[in-house]
Amino acid sequence: MDLVINGTRTSVSVDPARPLLFVLRNELDYTGAKYGCGEGQCGACTVLIDGEPHRSCVTPVGIVAGKEITTIEGLADGDKLHPVQQAFIECDAMQCGYCTGGMVLSSVALLRKNPSPTEAQIKQALEGNVCRCGTYNRILSAVQKARQLMLTQAKENYRAER
Amino acid sequence: MLSAKRIGRREFLGSLGGGLLVLCSLGEDLNAQESGGARRREAGHELPEDVAAWLHIAPNGEITAFTGKVEVGQNVRTSLTQAVADELRCSPSMVRLVMGDTALTPWDMGTFGSRTTPTMAPVMRKMAGTARQQLLTAAAQKWSADPKSLEVKNACVINSAIKKSASFGELAGSIDWVHVVGDSGYVTAPSNWQVAGQSVPKVNAREIVMGKHKYASDQKRAGLVYGAVLRPPSFGATLTSLNTAAASAISGVKVVHDGDFVGVTAPNEQIASQALAAIHATWQEKPQISSAELFTYIKPNGPSPAVTANGNPAKTLNARYTIAYIAHVPLEPRAAVAEWTEDKLTVWTGTQRPFGVRSELASEFKIPENQVHVIMPDTGSAYGGKHTGECAIEAARLAKAVGKPVKLVWTREEEFTWAYLRPAGVIEIDSGIGGDGALMAWEFHNYMSGPSGLPTPYEVPVKKEQFHQVESPLREGSYRGLAATANHFARESHMDDLAALAGMNPLAFRLRNLQNPRLKAVLIAATDKFGWSKVKSSKNTAFGLACGTEKGGYVAACAQITIDKNRDVHVDRVVEAWECGAIVNPEHLKNQVEGAIVMGLGGALFEAIDFANGRILNPHLAQYRVPRFSDAPKIEVILLDRKDTPSAGAGETPIVCIAPAIGNAIFAATGLRIRSMPILPTFRA
Repeated sequence: MDLVINGTRTSVSVDPARPLLFVLRNELDYTGAKYGCGEGQCGACTVLIDGEPHRSCVTPVGIVAGKEITTIEGLADGDKLHPVQQAFIECDAMQCGYCTGGMVLSSVALLRKNPSPTEAQIKQALEGNVCRCGTYNRILSAVQKARQLMLTQAKENYRAER
Repeated sequence: MLSAKRIGRREFLGSLGGGLLVLCSLGEDLNAQESGGARRREAGHELPEDVAAWLHIAPNGEITAFTGKVEVGQNVRTSLTQAVADELRCSPSMVRLVMGDTALTPWDMGTFGSRTTPTMAPVMRKMAGTARQQLLTAAAQKWSADPKSLEVKNACVINSAIKKSASFGELAGSIDWVHVVGDSGYVTAPSNWQVAGQSVPKVNAREIVMGKHKYASDQKRAGLVYGAVLRPPSFGATLTSLNTAAASAISGVKVVHDGDFVGVTAPNEQIASQALAAIHATWQEKPQISSAELFTYIKPNGPSPAVTANGNPAKTLNARYTIAYIAHVPLEPRAAVAEWTEDKLTVWTGTQRPFGVRSELASEFKIPENQVHVIMPDTGSAYGGKHTGECAIEAARLAKAVGKPVKLVWTREEEFTWAYLRPAGVIEIDSGIGGDGALMAWEFHNYMSGPSGLPTPYEVPVKKEQFHQVESPLREGSYRGLAATANHFARESHMDDLAALAGMNPLAFRLRNLQNPRLKAVLIAATDKFGWSKVKSSKNTAFGLACGTEKGGYVAACAQITIDKNRDVHVDRVVEAWECGAIVNPEHLKNQVEGAIVMGLGGALFEAIDFANGRILNPHLAQYRVPRFSDAPKIEVILLDRKDTPSAGAGETPIVCIAPAIGNAIFAATGLRIRSMPILPTFRA
């Protein structure tokens, strides 16, 4: 089957029932998505499928053939970090960093849908992502910071276009 | 005296030849409770005293520092980099740290006990400070100048008089580093720190947010196959029959059977689990105790001997507290990649004790330690839960049997079941106070959970404090803060009850019985910031406080809680004051304190391992609740910086106050004293 990962089409020959997570990690070397629980409870394996966050550990690879899959490795534009990635660094919103990829992608999906989420909306959107190190408040700050960075960036783009 | 690590290192560094090694004694005791149940001591290891073992400056100026400590999220990769950069008077971005690699770094007992900052940072500083002095001397000789007239800046020695500078890279080659012995006389005092004391960002944060950092479970080798291990249905079960024909028939699968060890390897993880499922095994099980009988097993009910006060206490209190087993739940479970090259073994694994795991592997395979190389990539957290090498051993067994590199990643269920737990325990306290609110007598017994944080910091004329070892029904080991959490929960809950008996405010009662100025300082800082004197608890919104000290850190916390109509408890706000001597990285320190509060909240309110007959009954994240976004309170951290006091570690002790602060708030709201951790199951019952 064909998988479109971070804009690149790749052909793989795998059991369609196999979880996307392990195809990404073990067949294609996208190790940014992590195994944390194998039952969709922790969010470490989060990837975006057509822009929506999904738990790749419980997503059979067969159902995402041909869809746009974004992993954490595909988020930055070359060396230029996505505003959410930048904000996570600026807010020191990680300790061990194992949950970070999933947190960042879930946040990106939220901000695309809702560019100005309230604190309650951020918490609700990220409730399924576990940070065992307990950096939740910093992640909340990072999402709010990312929102500001994105607004600033949008204004700059607008000016540049004019 | 040259061990394997030294030889490997020399191969690595190449340009450095052999030479005299001056060794000093390690002088650090292994805390008896620190381990994954193995409780082994590793005596006879000594730290190298030559600068070359710890630091390398390449001709192109690249600075590499080496430490056996490991990074598990506590940010010591950053703080130790700061220490080295500080002494070398350079930017932290110029220093690369090699950590936890048994072939490259000096031997280390392990990363636990909050020891990295108080013991490893001074060693790194001593070596880097000595290197700075050597470079300065080399430059002075080169220019025939007085060393005092020279300045070290940006990894260069500068001679302003003749307007010349020489880079560390140029100067380093002229120094015979293996003959240079570290001298702590060159260490910079905290009041003069430039790089330390600052909130330097996490050094590899960019790699992490880009998904580029390779954790243990991300490691790959050419020809790698995937392993899985057959687990018994219950602890201590023995294999009575085994049929692996169906598993072996699967293409690419190899079954490995050696005694009670049964495992498989396969071309991918899916086929490995299919092969495991195809194995038919029967087991002999044995009856074992269950959660419901645990506390009676640990300490059968009945009165404990009471301490006799000098004089007659106006009020006495006798109480029993229970502490459940909890799991660390590191988000990255145990993982290892093992590769044999003839009789040499290399293992990449997530562990707090790479050198300890090397010993375990050497012993398992009966080979010398210098044939085992353990590499610890910065790992997906540990919290005291990754001291042991069982996953590394299993991966190496499989790799040896099949003659290929093997990756083994434990499932979440395996991590819950076959790792080790924070010990459960029973604590009994008997106490008496005078009519003036002074503690007169204090007797404290901890059964099974551990001795850390057991001594009371309060002034009391007559006291008896004991830890009683009890054989744990489940496998137990280290956990962030060890038993300090349990002992603080019991003590600070008890102190709160005594305050009520004395008719005193919990803060006034504590201050009445405290002398320790550092503990008083954090207690006052936290309560001032919280506005303790103005708060008044009601049945729905209430306030509690607690304080304590352990491992050289001082902590006090105030919590505000809400109790809803379902008797669910939400922690809304926590103010915690923390003091651990001179602060190395304020932002990372705050992050640790915040994380400890959130993690501690889980064990305080709802985390508990449920077990029966040798089985863990809740080995999944859907069954074992850990704190999530909605559980996190607003947190305000007050850091007290003591530049005049050596830095203590901070990864653990900030966890100890949250449970009693919550319990005390529930008491303030309802008059109910919950004497069990976790609190909620009892409170809601």
